[in-house]
Amino acid sequence: MGMTITEKILAAHCGKMRVEPGMLINAGIDLVMCHDVTTTPAIDLLKEHGINKVFDPDKIVVMPDHFIPNKDIKSAEMVRKIRLWAKDNNINAFYDLGRHGVCHALLPEQGHVKAGMTIVGADSHTCTHGAFGAFSTGIGSTDLAAALATGELWFKVPASLLFKLEGELPSGVYAKDLILDIIRRIGVDGALYRAMEFSGSAVDGMDMESRMTICNMAIEAGAKSGIMAPDAVSAAYLKERGIEEQADIQSDADAVYEQRFDIDVAALEPMVAFPDLPSNGRRISDIREKIPLDQVYIGSCTNGRISDLRIAAKILKGQRVANGTRCIVVPASTEIWKQANREGLLDIFAEAGAAVSTPTCGACLGGHMGILAAGERCISTTNRNFTGRMGSPDSEVYLASPATAAASALRGYICDPRPFLEDK
Amino acid sequence: MKAHVYPRNDINTDEIIPARYLNMDREEDLAAHAMEDIDREFYKKVREGDVIIAGENFGCGSSREHAVWALRGAGIRAVIAGSFARIFYRNCINNGFLAIECPGISEQIADASEVLIDLEKGEIRDLAGKRTYRFEPFPAFALEMIRKGGLLNIITKKI
Repeated sequence: MGMTITEKILAAHCGKMRVEPGMLINAGIDLVMCHDVTTTPAIDLLKEHGINKVFDPDKIVVMPDHFIPNKDIKSAEMVRKIRLWAKDNNINAFYDLGRHGVCHALLPEQGHVKAGMTIVGADSHTCTHGAFGAFSTGIGSTDLAAALATGELWFKVPASLLFKLEGELPSGVYAKDLILDIIRRIGVDGALYRAMEFSGSAVDGMDMESRMTICNMAIEAGAKSGIMAPDAVSAAYLKERGIEEQADIQSDADAVYEQRFDIDVAALEPMVAFPDLPSNGRRISDIREKIPLDQVYIGSCTNGRISDLRIAAKILKGQRVANGTRCIVVPASTEIWKQANREGLLDIFAEAGAAVSTPTCGACLGGHMGILAAGERCISTTNRNFTGRMGSPDSEVYLASPATAAASALRGYICDPRPFLEDK
Repeated sequence: MKAHVYPRNDINTDEIIPARYLNMDREEDLAAHAMEDIDREFYKKVREGDVIIAGENFGCGSSREHAVWALRGAGIRAVIAGSFARIFYRNCINNGFLAIECPGISEQIADASEVLIDLEKGEIRDLAGKRTYRFEPFPAFALEMIRKGGLLNIITKKI
């Protein structure tokens, strides 16, 4: 009986020939990712337990991103603490303000991720990096402290769900629409404790940024990880970042899946997830009511990459954001910001009346830089629309693709982006 | 111990401790804001040793361990839910904090019931309703972590 890619990676990291779902293992960790919010308590925990050394400073990447630029004195103290800790522990991969970005945009962009790795990050969206064929999962601060101290962590080997994504996405329909549709089908706990494995011709035809958008939201279905096999597309992305060595790791043809889902992506439409769950997706053509917007947010680890900004700019170019609607664009990393600047995208946003910010997780999690008041409504390219996610518990968040968000910014209410893309 | 019952599914970590308080991480600071976007009276109602009973997928969303600390700081000693989101569940076990899976209980038990938990037998007793709910006892590794007060106490011995 064969193994899935997830089982192969985990077996290779716990010294076994094979593992099976449900087995409890201690797996070696190749990369530990730390950010401002969850790392400060881990530093305290290490100190409390008298652990004054990390397992390997070269396998640790630290990036303050949630509340930067520091939003208040408390967050400034948090970032100061991790900055000093990283220095004391000789951790060179510290992405301070000026090289900063949202952790899941930075990590692959800066060449830290490759196929076959085990990656843990103290952030739920760490599943993003499965797009490169890594086992990558989110953990809390105690797990983080343990991983930093020992370079290993306990796991229950997850069963895998196979999502066969076939066909070509229609014009105006993107990876975000596809993952919102998958979460609508299976629910916010439809993949609880499972690995979501994505393959098929639709995945083969996607660039890495689209693949990351899909794996990023695996957690929104409750999954432990999202994963896609490495191929020529992922190899080319890594080669640009100086990584030549590639693990050729694939699921066996007779690997066992708990369930298989076949999805014809050509039949999809733009999707909008209504409050208060990512699973509340509706096809744009089924939305009959007019839903006016106070704010439009384009950014985050889900959809703040250069291809997302290009799509938004294509729609916003030469147009104006509707009166009464605010639009915020947040490139997800410094490199993305610089690239968008070189391409003139930042000018397009500013001329359209959108505010462009420096990279930050910011308002996606209701941190800062675009918080909603009671009664306000926002369409956002982010990943969660829980009660109070972007501010007041009496505000509303609708999730959508950058195209749907940009088109809706021009109208001032939620609308279909496809007419805006004709002749463009 | 008194049970605070929230029968809803998918109670997420943004509701358990909103991100606006994540610039703090001490239990005593977080406690006052635990569950405040669901129930503004929560902190006032809870007494040391109480439990939460909820529906499926409790603790979904962010990896913030602050959710466990906020509940523990408020006096909660266990969360009993139909099912748990995985990172929240790990965070509970890693802290030696009780997360008990007991499908269906939130639909049957009345709010403010007095309950007793028997970890060895895998039973929750509703004292007023005189009813017993069964749960799968914890696997050995989780029980060890709960007894030893969390993951770091275990690894500290190994290093």
